[in-house]
Amino acid sequence: MSTSQTMPRAREIAATVLDPELPMVTIEDLGILRDVTEDDQGRAHVTITPTYSGCPAMETIREDIVSSLELAGYQRVDVEFVLSPAWSTDDLTEEGREKLARAGIAPPGPVRAREGPVPLTLSVRCPQCDSLDTRESSRFGSTACKSLWVCGACREPFDHFKAL
Amino acid sequence: MNTSLFGYTLALADDALVSAQRMGWWISRAPELEEDVALANIGLDQLGQARLLLGYAGELEGEGRTEDDLAYLRDDREFRNVQLVERPMTDFGVAMARLLVFATYQLHLYRSLTVSDDARLAAVAAKAVKEVTYHVDHASRWVLRLGDGTDESHRRMQAALDAEWPFVDELFTPCHPSLGGRVTDPSALREPTLTDVSRVIAQATLTVPAVSPALGGGREGLHTEHLGFLLAEMQHLHRSHPGATW
Repeated sequence: MSTSQTMPRAREIAATVLDPELPMVTIEDLGILRDVTEDDQGRAHVTITPTYSGCPAMETIREDIVSSLELAGYQRVDVEFVLSPAWSTDDLTEEGREKLARAGIAPPGPVRAREGPVPLTLSVRCPQCDSLDTRESSRFGSTACKSLWVCGACREPFDHFKAL
Repeated sequence: MNTSLFGYTLALADDALVSAQRMGWWISRAPELEEDVALANIGLDQLGQARLLLGYAGELEGEGRTEDDLAYLRDDREFRNVQLVERPMTDFGVAMARLLVFATYQLHLYRSLTVSDDARLAAVAAKAVKEVTYHVDHASRWVLRLGDGTDESHRRMQAALDAEWPFVDELFTPCHPSLGGRVTDPSALREPTLTDVSRVIAQATLTVPAVSPALGGGREGLHTEHLGFLLAEMQHLHRSHPGATW
């Protein structure tokens, strides 16, 4: 990765690809777009990393990257999956966090060491009314990366993008 | 006993794959909707780990077998998973007892593999260790809630531990010393795994069962009758319609 030259154009296009399960954020916002290179033959090479090992969206993301670059005139587009270094919610951009919050999904806090059988969890701010009087109703939500919460102040349920 | 890195990787993959298939059984059957979602997510994490490990195992073997070939076109005697994960779990207490033990074992396994000399195993482990941390947490909460709950939930949680315990020992079957620094010998995981699990069991007012281990043999391809039925369901579509995609 260190020897490759990152060109702005292909990267700009790849960066606009949306996450199919969280369409309010791009793959750049999520921090899963690792590297984009291109050469003067119209070939582009894109490197992405999965959020979770079993993330079912990876195949769709790959196809979306290929079609958006082909549409922009690239002749050949390769998408490579890498695992290392493992993705973390700390890789989410500030803009990505703001977009999630605006869509009613509480963004993740910083990743901290979780030790012991029943670790303590910090409170999550309600994306609707900003109250900290919230509780987790389920550790697992509609996608692998979210948990379900409910607000004690406005009584609304909401998704929380959990720290990983 | 695994004498090759292929066999070692395949064993880890098969544990995750078979466990994922059993987890999937709970979808629509868990005690509440949130739990359907949770167990589906946990199964999906395990399936993701299995796919990465199977893909790597195929490369190590060097005979051109893909993750699909390995998942769908082997018979039960060729599977290397422990018997713990293959037996049916139709009682929710059993599901949580098993997940507590299995996820705690995987947590210590993956944590130690993150510093393996084998870069691929280390990368898969670094990804997986974050996921299984959530699995341990989920199982621990349920074991506490059920063990330290009503008389009935306590009784059933203890019965679940008693049923699973003979199959725990097999997780720690040693691997061949020739594999050296590339892998973690499962026998080194016994102490940390059992320490963590015993702490949750004690906190849940339950008792660590004092039972003899079952015969084992999953790592050599010896399985209970249940694995054949599980594979028949899991492999049916792929074998009936070779090459089917959607």
